Amino acid sequence: MAWTDKEPMVSIRDVHKSFGALEVLKGVSLDVMKGEVICIIGPSGSGKSTLIRCVNALNDIQSGSIKVEGQEVNDPHLNKLELRKKVGMVFQQYNLFPHKNALENIMMAPLLVLKDNKVEVEKLARSLIKKVRLEGKEESYPGELSGGQQQRVAIARSLAMNPDVMLFDEVTAALDPETVNEVLLTIKELAQDGMTCILVTHEMGFAKEVADHIYFTDRGVIVEHGPPTEFFEQAKDPRTIEFLGQIL
Amino acid sequence: MNNRSQKILPVIMPVMMAPKARPDDRFRLQRWHGFALVAVLITASIPAFAATDPARASMFEVLQRWMPLLLKGFVFNIIISISAMAIGTVAGAVLGLGQISLIAPVRKISWLITQFFRNAPWLVLLFFAMFLLPFELKIFGLTIPLPDWLKAMFGLSLPVMANVSEIVRGGVMSLPSGQWEAAESLAFSRQQTLWRIILPQCVKRMLPPWMNLYSILTMATVLASIVGVSEVMTLTGQALAAEGGRSDLLIPFYSFVLFLFFIYCYPIARWTVRLEKKFAVIT
Ligand SMILES: Nc1ncnc2c1ncn2[C@@H]1O[C@H](COP(=O)(O)OP(=O)(O)OP(=O)(O)O)[C@@H](O)[C@H]1O
Ligand SMILES: [Mg+2]
Repeated sequence: MAWTDKEPMVSIRDVHKSFGALEVLKGVSLDVMKGEVICIIGPSGSGKSTLIRCVNALNDIQSGSIKVEGQEVNDPHLNKLELRKKVGMVFQQYNLFPHKNALENIMMAPLLVLKDNKVEVEKLARSLIKKVRLEGKEESYPGELSGGQQQRVAIARSLAMNPDVMLFDEVTAALDPETVNEVLLTIKELAQDGMTCILVTHEMGFAKEVADHIYFTDRGVIVEHGPPTEFFEQAKDPRTIEFLGQIL
Repeated sequence: MNNRSQKILPVIMPVMMAPKARPDDRFRLQRWHGFALVAVLITASIPAFAATDPARASMFEVLQRWMPLLLKGFVFNIIISISAMAIGTVAGAVLGLGQISLIAPVRKISWLITQFFRNAPWLVLLFFAMFLLPFELKIFGLTIPLPDWLKAMFGLSLPVMANVSEIVRGGVMSLPSGQWEAAESLAFSRQQTLWRIILPQCVKRMLPPWMNLYSILTMATVLASIVGVSEVMTLTGQALAAEGGRSDLLIPFYSFVLFLFFIYCYPIARWTVRLEKKFAVIT
């Protein structure tokens, strides 16, 4: 049964996840179609990061099902490396490799993991640097780049693996306000190119603009969801209304 | 891992590493300290001068006469220290990687070995090696003699191994977990993550404690005199005995030995501090 893009690219069904006695996800379900951009919002500690980290198996789950292109992630025999080749992830703290320059950061995974040809990889890396508007910074080390620049290198590094889905975990939360926009712009372009994206974000304006669908989580459950206009204008659940009231 | 703690880790790390390592400049050795030391030594030997009977050779002449032999002994100390360090580093690196293995039995055994040798007095380990190792090894009909100095070297490499193991483990643990996660989410295997991402960054952090360990080891090589290896302390004792146990020679001779170790170890200590400072800033 091969997966086709008529089916959800990422399908999350009744996922439960605990850290010891603490249940962080209490039955979460959502679908993401190919080319779709979804945003997950919610108060701190509601389990947003945990949820997206389950998608690329950085966290395991106790019950439920997560399928990426039809492949079950909650399977003890899962080849995590194969899964992660398809799922890119960008973190709040960028997590660039400080001992490698921008170009090397981008080239490492295709070279080591995909074992691609070095000349080709370098060409790809340079074009990605251009795509995230960092020409001239190829040889810079992460310590020499601003937060926003580092984050864009991190995005390029993920893209170099040519993933089918990208996960973004509050990627602008650690940035100075001036550099937030350059990163958001990069993500917006990516979304316009048709990349399937799952974003955790606190940037409501941005979510409204790029998301096809918004999910609001609180204490491990999805409280409310819908397309952006509907979600922001006609929120019904008091928890959503309270949250939006605080943040807007 | 919680985002909050991820956020804190890389930020506080330099702060956690930096203090202590930075000695107060007031306590740094200056050139005049060296002169002061020499002055003290000479003053201390004045009673010896006074007691000198013209028929006997002056203590400086005696020291000069024995100096080549003592230096040879000291070189032997250095050789023992370097080889014990080399063996201990290789074994300790393996043991340290064992301590972070995903295979539980490997991890537990490595931990146990590390703790055992790290919490044993060096002298006891030395005796342990001296008396447990045979004086020769027979492998495939080949007889390899195991002289005392070789056994001492093995004995001293045991605590080095355990300490290196801890340095490796600590170095790996000190990296923010984000580095592991970034590599994992790029589909790096554990081996690739460890060898390409984690260890290259740890080496810098591990260098200062490793050099510190080397200084301590160098100074501990004199323990080998207790088990009869002809290193500098043993030779000093023999030289003094050959001079008929003149008590006026004790201070100059042992001062000379102290001086040798100081000349060798102090630059290493200074360099370690410099590296510590440097790596504390650029993490
Ligand atoms: N590795 C872990 N071990 C134990 N508890 C954890 C771990 N990771 C997260 N948690 C806990 O799970 C809960 C959800 O955390 P999570 O990071 O998913 O929240 P979040 O919605 O992303 O919050 P934030 O907006 O602050 O990033 C929190 O209570 C957190 O303390
Ligand atoms: Mg989070």
